[in-house]
Amino acid sequence: MSGPSMARILLVVALLATAPMFTASNAVLNFLTVTLMIALVAQGWNVLGGYGGQYSFGHAAFFGTGAYVTAILQVRYGANAWAAFVVGIAGAALVGAVIGALAFRSGLKGSYFALVTLAFAELLRILASVTTITGAGVGTLVALDLRPQAFQFQSRAPFYWIVLALFAVSLIVVRMIEQSRFGAWLVAVRENEDAAKALGINPSQVKLGAMTISAAIAGAGGGFYVQYFLFIDSGIAYGPWISIEALLAPIVGGIGTVFGPLLGALVVKALGEMTMLLGGDAPGLDLVIYGCVLILIVAFAPNGVAGLLLKARQRLTLLNPLRPERPHG
Amino acid sequence: MAEPLVRVDGVSKHFGGLAAVDNVSLSVQSGRITALIGPNGAGKTTLFAMISGFLPPSAGRIFHRGEEITGVPPYRLARRGIARTFQIVRPFAGLTVHENIAIGAHLSRRARADALEAAAQVAHLVGLGELLDKTAASLTVAGRKRLELARALATGATLLLLDEVLAGLNPSEIVTMVPTIRALTGRGITILMIEHVMQAVMSLAQHVYVLAEGRILTEGSPQAVVGDARVIEAYLGQGAAARLSAAGGGHV
Amino acid sequence: MAAHHILLPAVLNGLLTGAVYALVALGLTLIYGVLHIVNFAHGALLTAALFAAFFAHRLLGLDPYLAIFVLTPLFFLLGYGLQRFVIGPAAHGEDRNILLVTLGLAVIIENALLFAFRADTRTVNLPYGFEVLDLGVAFLAVPRVIGFCVVLIVALALWLILNLTDTGKAMRAVAKEKLGAELSGIDVGHIYAVTFGLGTACLAIAACLLIPTYYVNPHVGNAFVLVAFTIVVLGGMGSVAGSLIGGLFVGVIESVSGLYLGESLGQMGIFLIFIVVLLFRPSGLFGERA
Repeated sequence: MSGPSMARILLVVALLATAPMFTASNAVLNFLTVTLMIALVAQGWNVLGGYGGQYSFGHAAFFGTGAYVTAILQVRYGANAWAAFVVGIAGAALVGAVIGALAFRSGLKGSYFALVTLAFAELLRILASVTTITGAGVGTLVALDLRPQAFQFQSRAPFYWIVLALFAVSLIVVRMIEQSRFGAWLVAVRENEDAAKALGINPSQVKLGAMTISAAIAGAGGGFYVQYFLFIDSGIAYGPWISIEALLAPIVGGIGTVFGPLLGALVVKALGEMTMLLGGDAPGLDLVIYGCVLILIVAFAPNGVAGLLLKARQRLTLLNPLRPERPHG
Repeated sequence: MAEPLVRVDGVSKHFGGLAAVDNVSLSVQSGRITALIGPNGAGKTTLFAMISGFLPPSAGRIFHRGEEITGVPPYRLARRGIARTFQIVRPFAGLTVHENIAIGAHLSRRARADALEAAAQVAHLVGLGELLDKTAASLTVAGRKRLELARALATGATLLLLDEVLAGLNPSEIVTMVPTIRALTGRGITILMIEHVMQAVMSLAQHVYVLAEGRILTEGSPQAVVGDARVIEAYLGQGAAARLSAAGGGHV
Repeated sequence: MAAHHILLPAVLNGLLTGAVYALVALGLTLIYGVLHIVNFAHGALLTAALFAAFFAHRLLGLDPYLAIFVLTPLFFLLGYGLQRFVIGPAAHGEDRNILLVTLGLAVIIENALLFAFRADTRTVNLPYGFEVLDLGVAFLAVPRVIGFCVVLIVALALWLILNLTDTGKAMRAVAKEKLGAELSGIDVGHIYAVTFGLGTACLAIAACLLIPTYYVNPHVGNAFVLVAFTIVVLGGMGSVAGSLIGGLFVGVIESVSGLYLGESLGQMGIFLIFIVVLLFRPSGLFGERA
């Protein structure tokens, strides 16, 4: 598949990295940081849903596990924050592998797969709301310790750069998948599973691999959330809000593309901000808008913003009288 | 005779009370084109599905190069060199022709560049060289049939199971496709094909099995089989052979 | 036996609750049986129906049992409209898209209710709300007994519709073989919409039956629908009998295990059953292959 080159990816990352130099506003930096965090979780969803064609409605399961493991290891076991973060990612990957193994060995696809992921996320949410290790209904608070060693910082900019770095890694991972045999197999399974089998591909194994990677990336987003906000509870960790944003962003931005999750996260978060400005603080309005956007995109722009940009570019080249002669084909 | 490449031994498939395939035995010799013909509903595609690993037999065994492959899933059979095409084509619609074939090539090649290069070569072999960058969805029926063939070839298969690869093609398309298939045996590939298009069976196949109502009716060279009264009756109904010869024609 | 005195009422009450679960599941399974889609918006629609029943009483003084006659046709039309003008067109027939569109609807409806009415829990107080029927061996809440009877009537009505009316026969034809039905002149789009409308109408009835004894907030529909999903998956996607039997069964299980295990564990238990059934027998005990 053709996608952006490594050079283009690094360029985009470099440009984004300069953002703190253009704005001193904490609000803007906060917006960008949260947006990149959502883009990260969305990129995770994109690996399984966009490239793999398996739509998960419960990505909160991985986000939340990454978050809780990172928090609990610090708060209850005194672990170093960075180490806890890494273990959090591993924990999320493990949960992904388990759910994936169960779901794919049973041959679950489409709606049934979406249902089972939804069920697992809800199961984890209820579990987290009653067990003491997660702080039950009260949640878990990570102690303030504004030192880099504790993965906390005095100012916003370092947080921004770290989430940007994490997102950059996810961009590179996705690009590597795009260029690899695994990626080709994944897309084949998405497009037609029987044909893929006939060509030597083991669909369960490929899907499981995608799910594990997807979960790890989403888990990284969860771990970052905890360090940035220093608080987590069952509704935040495993709630529908993150499952929905995780799937909305890639679909809006361009499902199955490298930059789709970023474009989508920007649109979704910007919409969220506008909704708050116009509608006030009442809960629910932003999600109503998100639901409408989801339906509109599915109905009118299934390839998302990336798809629209591509069409616009094609129209512009057609209009250009100086364009080179099109090859026959 | 040499050990056949594929040996099907007493294979049956029951769906509820119905026997779609009933105690079928056949063998496919290496390097030859063997055809499986028979009226609709005879069980040909079910038999194919069992040989290619998509359906486990209810009874019987299947051997490839002397080793048992009964019930082995399709992706493992592909690694053994057994590839199949589908009667109703299944292209990877959103991908280009080049990418489609490359996925087949990836079976034995890890690197993307290698797979793409091998895919381009296979594409030229089946006459898709000019269409590499078109999406699979934009191809005509004939193009998609060639794509099915190309994808299976790209896996490096030594045994191709072709399921009605000529169905839906017009006469001139058939005329161009037949030599393409014949040329494959020159590369050491064995072919087992289900086919309804008789001119193709006559000109391509060296050995023919006739399946009717789930059982092997007869086997032999294409000429022998086609003149067999029982075969004519299987297709055209009872008494048809007698009516035909009474009307003064013995050939189908 | 001492336990006998607690167990029998629990079972009877479980049957009563189960009947309403079955009604919710019935709507879901009808939609799956004919349209072959999993309606992710079912929970939100139930919540909307509960709010509608609540406000029908609060603002119009309409008794819930009378509200049935108003809300059922209203929600039928809502369901019809949603399928005909939103889900059908937006999805372009692709399964993956239908998933997303029904999810989108669920998010919109639930959060619109949240935005409009906040998260407070509301209840309806009715004079007969606390009346009980004394059967000697057990006390049964009158509204729930009425609910049980109404569900039986609705099930019968649905059976009559499916088997005796032209529309019902068309529905069964489309469920079995869509292309064939289309070729015989059946307007599949209309049948899809009618089915969706019937499924939503079931929710309206269920809401009116629940209102006297239950509470209303924007999230309550989801709890019911999870149980409904479990029932549908257990009893078989597309099987009406499966939903009824499954509903009663689950109601009894919930009631009896509530006796011994308490509420949170009960909820998790249902999720676990749901997951286990999905993993090992997605076609359920009565239904078609997944």
